[in-house]
Amino acid sequence: MTTSEMTAQQKAAQRLSERMGKPANLWLDAWHRLIRNRAALIGGILLILLLLTSILAPLLAPFSYSGGDSLEAYTVPRWLIKLLPSSVSTYAKVSDKFFFGSDYLGRDVLSRLIWGTRVSLPVGFIGAFTALLIGLVYGCVSGYYGGRVDNLMMRIVDIMYAFPTMLLIILMMAFFKSTFADVRPGTVAATFNAVNKVVDSIVGLPGGGMLFIFMGIGITAWMGMARLARGQILSLKEKEFIEAAHMIGAGDMRILIRHILPNIIGPCIVSETLAIPGYISTEVFLSFIGLGVDPPTPSWGSMISDGAAMLRTYPHMVIFPALALAVTMFAFNFLGDGLRDALDPKMKGTS
Amino acid sequence: MGRYVIRRLLLLIPVLFFISIITFGLAHAVPGGPFDREKPLPPEVKANLEKYYGLDQPVWKQYVDYVSDIVLRFDFGPTYRSRGRGVNDIFKDHLPVSAQLGLAAIAIALVIGLPLGILAALKQNTIWDYLGMGLAIFGVSVPAIVLGPMLILIFALSLHLLPVAGWGTPAKMIMPALALGLRESAIIARLTRASMLQVIREDYIRTARAKGLTERVVMVRHALKNAFIPVATILGPMFAALVTGTFIVEQIFAIPGMGKYFITSITNRDYPVVMGTILLYAVFLVLANLAVDLTYAFLDPRIRYT
Repeated sequence: MTTSEMTAQQKAAQRLSERMGKPANLWLDAWHRLIRNRAALIGGILLILLLLTSILAPLLAPFSYSGGDSLEAYTVPRWLIKLLPSSVSTYAKVSDKFFFGSDYLGRDVLSRLIWGTRVSLPVGFIGAFTALLIGLVYGCVSGYYGGRVDNLMMRIVDIMYAFPTMLLIILMMAFFKSTFADVRPGTVAATFNAVNKVVDSIVGLPGGGMLFIFMGIGITAWMGMARLARGQILSLKEKEFIEAAHMIGAGDMRILIRHILPNIIGPCIVSETLAIPGYISTEVFLSFIGLGVDPPTPSWGSMISDGAAMLRTYPHMVIFPALALAVTMFAFNFLGDGLRDALDPKMKGTS
Repeated sequence: MGRYVIRRLLLLIPVLFFISIITFGLAHAVPGGPFDREKPLPPEVKANLEKYYGLDQPVWKQYVDYVSDIVLRFDFGPTYRSRGRGVNDIFKDHLPVSAQLGLAAIAIALVIGLPLGILAALKQNTIWDYLGMGLAIFGVSVPAIVLGPMLILIFALSLHLLPVAGWGTPAKMIMPALALGLRESAIIARLTRASMLQVIREDYIRTARAKGLTERVVMVRHALKNAFIPVATILGPMFAALVTGTFIVEQIFAIPGMGKYFITSITNRDYPVVMGTILLYAVFLVLANLAVDLTYAFLDPRIRYT
């Protein structure tokens, strides 16, 4: 009998018999389910490609992201001009030097896109990491200890939740931008500036001001995670195996880390993977309104902002950053959905 | 019910009070003032301007003056950017624009999202289900900042079907409303599908079928009404956010809405405009949530307010 003729039940039976004798492993099972999910696999591969692009940016980018010749501004490559509205060909400079054309300062759009992955991807990952770190600790403490501690901690979250997130981030970015411009040695601002320089050099974009974006997003990102972690712990801590752990004299830290954390980490990771597109689009929004990375650092958001202003005359400036953004968001959403289905098959297709 | 509504409306007062204090404090904590320019104004001019607008007073005094102006004269203060115009004028000129756009976007979101979500749930694992889930992924992956320029490029610049940008005619409203509404329709479709799937497995649906009701009555009167509850919940914040203006779409489509003021007022330290837009948003949010809570009672008679 070939595989294609087998019913789902027979397939399940075969999988079970293959595993006979081997212990059930949640993570291994999840992994198998994940790589069988075609959309999630495509999302994962796209993300690996994007990551490689950002790591290899200096090798891949054909031109500098910051320097350009204004004589070569607004050039459109020959292959693209056929696809654009016909009126563009009557005035645009045609040049095959830049594969995706050049922007209003004569900078290569492709190179700026490639370097731009060094803004978007770190923002996504650091946002998720900060949210996971702060949110898990906060939610664990609140949920595990309960009572008055829980009440107080959750009211703080409620208050921050009620505040419009976008406004909070904009206010924070305006605050960072004007406060930390001060570079006199010995002040707090100067310390932040020094840390920012280190962060920028790790990311590989000197003068980008990435630390402040990480801070702005991190400060507002953890609340959802704190609520999720607390909710999970509330139901978990009444279970028998936690009671048993208490009985044999395990300490709070041991119970939290060894017994509770492994049980709640799955939903938390899924929720953060699905939140990453949100962090990326927050940075894009901030750069769009001019509060994101500092020019000439190439952010997809500021590229879209520049391009949107010239949309009618030179649409090529906006197409590519917009497509890059959409592809990245698709990849994270596909992977996140796949992860959720893999870690909790019951949840498949819901919310 | 009447008493419940009045109690909820009275609760608006402390909420607004609280939000206004925090926003006022935060806005003033950001260094720099409204009259700091790249090329500094002469100190006497700056001092006079600050005196004129009461910015030389202590912050608590400024706050008290601001609140009493609103309470006594319904005056939300001046805007430092244009003389002779106040925040009230900004509301009067730009809020109707944003509100129209926001309502159109919500209408689009409901018209696309609800039927697609219901169909996807009722015909699970058919083309409708895949279409609904495809839209859900598309909607959350393609933000307005991408969709807006793409719509212009396709429908205005290449096909010449719609005007590129601007405001004033229904044709100019289609693309911005679509750019705003598609994401929301994706969220609504996803939520409707999930909650429909949950509801149609409930015992009371089986009871309704056992009574011999037609499938249509079971679905509309019993399933849909209950499945709509979580959807109604997210409509409240969605309404408040869309109606008070969205910067990106208004910027891309050159629409004279509130969104621009919300953003530029913060970078310009135009305190009365910051406060005004935030308070407006808060009022809309509280009222929308109240309306949502009241529709719960209609959707599920077990929910009663006293």
